[in-house]
Amino acid sequence: MAIEQTLAAKPQPETQAQPVAVAFAPNALLLAGLLLLWGLAGTCLGDTLSVLWQWTPLLAQGLKMNILISLLAIGGGTVLGVLIGALELSGSVWVAAPARAFVALFRNAPLLVLIFFTTYVFPFEIHIGSVYLPFPDWIKATVGLALPAAAQVAEIVRGAIGSIPSAQWEASASLAFSRAQTLRWIILPQCFRRVLPPWMNLYAMITMSTTLASLVGVTDLLESAKNASNTVNRTDFTILVYLAVLTLFFFYCYPIALLTRRLEHKFAIH
Amino acid sequence: MPLSPSSPEPLVRLKDVHLSFGRNNVLKGVDLTVKRGEAVSIIGPSGSGKSTILRCINGLLAPDRGQILVGDTAVHALRSESARIALRKRIGFVFQQYNLFPHLSVLENIVIAPVRILGVDRATAEREAGELLARVRLADKAGAYPGELSGGQQQRVAIARALAMHPELVLFDEVTSALDPETVGEVLAVIRDLVHDGLTCILVTHEMRFAEEVSHEVVFTEGGEIVEHGAPAALFHAPRNARTHAFINAVSH
Repeated sequence: MAIEQTLAAKPQPETQAQPVAVAFAPNALLLAGLLLLWGLAGTCLGDTLSVLWQWTPLLAQGLKMNILISLLAIGGGTVLGVLIGALELSGSVWVAAPARAFVALFRNAPLLVLIFFTTYVFPFEIHIGSVYLPFPDWIKATVGLALPAAAQVAEIVRGAIGSIPSAQWEASASLAFSRAQTLRWIILPQCFRRVLPPWMNLYAMITMSTTLASLVGVTDLLESAKNASNTVNRTDFTILVYLAVLTLFFFYCYPIALLTRRLEHKFAIH
Repeated sequence: MPLSPSSPEPLVRLKDVHLSFGRNNVLKGVDLTVKRGEAVSIIGPSGSGKSTILRCINGLLAPDRGQILVGDTAVHALRSESARIALRKRIGFVFQQYNLFPHLSVLENIVIAPVRILGVDRATAEREAGELLARVRLADKAGAYPGELSGGQQQRVAIARALAMHPELVLFDEVTSALDPETVGEVLAVIRDLVHDGLTCILVTHEMRFAEEVSHEVVFTEGGEIVEHGAPAALFHAPRNARTHAFINAVSH
């Protein structure tokens, strides 16, 4: 029972992105800081910090990888997801059914399994004519994150399109708009503000999920921290370096959560 | 082609139009003729199929049976989206709930269809939009958004938006029913001007006095059928049919 509770209390990426959990995050950080001080009481904090400082360039390199993967995954996922979300609403079942199947498949797949899948199923290089394009692991991990992101974006977009009153379609049709023109000029622009908050939420979740890439050998922030921890091999440094990882993610994702909340509030008033 | 005021050619002809939604027979053999340059008002109780008739004329709904002609176009036989689009370029539609595009300014609401659909250049479209806004007495609202306007103002923008496509026919679907009483007059004044300028109009309306004043012909529908039609004075003051008589008595007292 106690173990279950511990598991349940573990911070999940999903819950972190939600406003309530976000409100508790500073408290959790404070608690962790106190624990750290307690853990370091016997040792010299200044010394540990200076070791951490030496590792900073490597950690920054790792963080850059997380941000790169997250941006490419949300970018690719958004382009693909908007397309699939629009296809889901097609009148033709031959178009809509594959789009729905894509969404159903990738919304119900564990992220880590997808990352393992893309890493070990895709080749390490792609052969086009006489050109060999390298296909490194970090790009495979990006694809593994972009596919479920596309499915999520498709759902967000489909929901937003469905929430626009049908009278807007009727008015556009009466002005001689085609369905595609109506979508492009009338419906999607109105969806933009509705999809922005959930889309940003999704981005924060993807960013936190990029640490999964460390499990397939991508040298991201978590992997760099693990390397540093193994090399230095001191408990106080291990605590400090993982706290640093958490802090970096916190200061990258928390502003996104704040902005999302503000936008939601603003759009709710409108 | 010269228009002879005494016997203008018909622009819209409906012959024996039937339409049902499931087991609900909405139109049960509607015949209607609207001459070019004339205004025809359709009156009748709610649910009598008035709005459905308008939606059949611009191809938003397809009849189960019967013929609909707009000019030389057989609307009932249109199968492709592009053919319906060609038809709708010629027909304006004004809705009860205005249905302006809330994310676009008043000016953009008016120019978007001419620019995106007809390929009119933006400067020309904006100049015409300015003229139309002056015509509906909203010249100072070009930069406003629909949410900032009163119902009556929004409806006048919707009329300007329809006119921007240079339609040869405009369908008005209970355009004053959602308005505050004090703003009804400003919308009716705009429509009155359009009718006087010779625009062909079909008006579904509950404004009996207005229908009597502006229409060349009034049509009374009930239960998906046209019960009676004729000159406004005759229909309102000497209805031949007992159902027409009962309806007009009910709404005028």
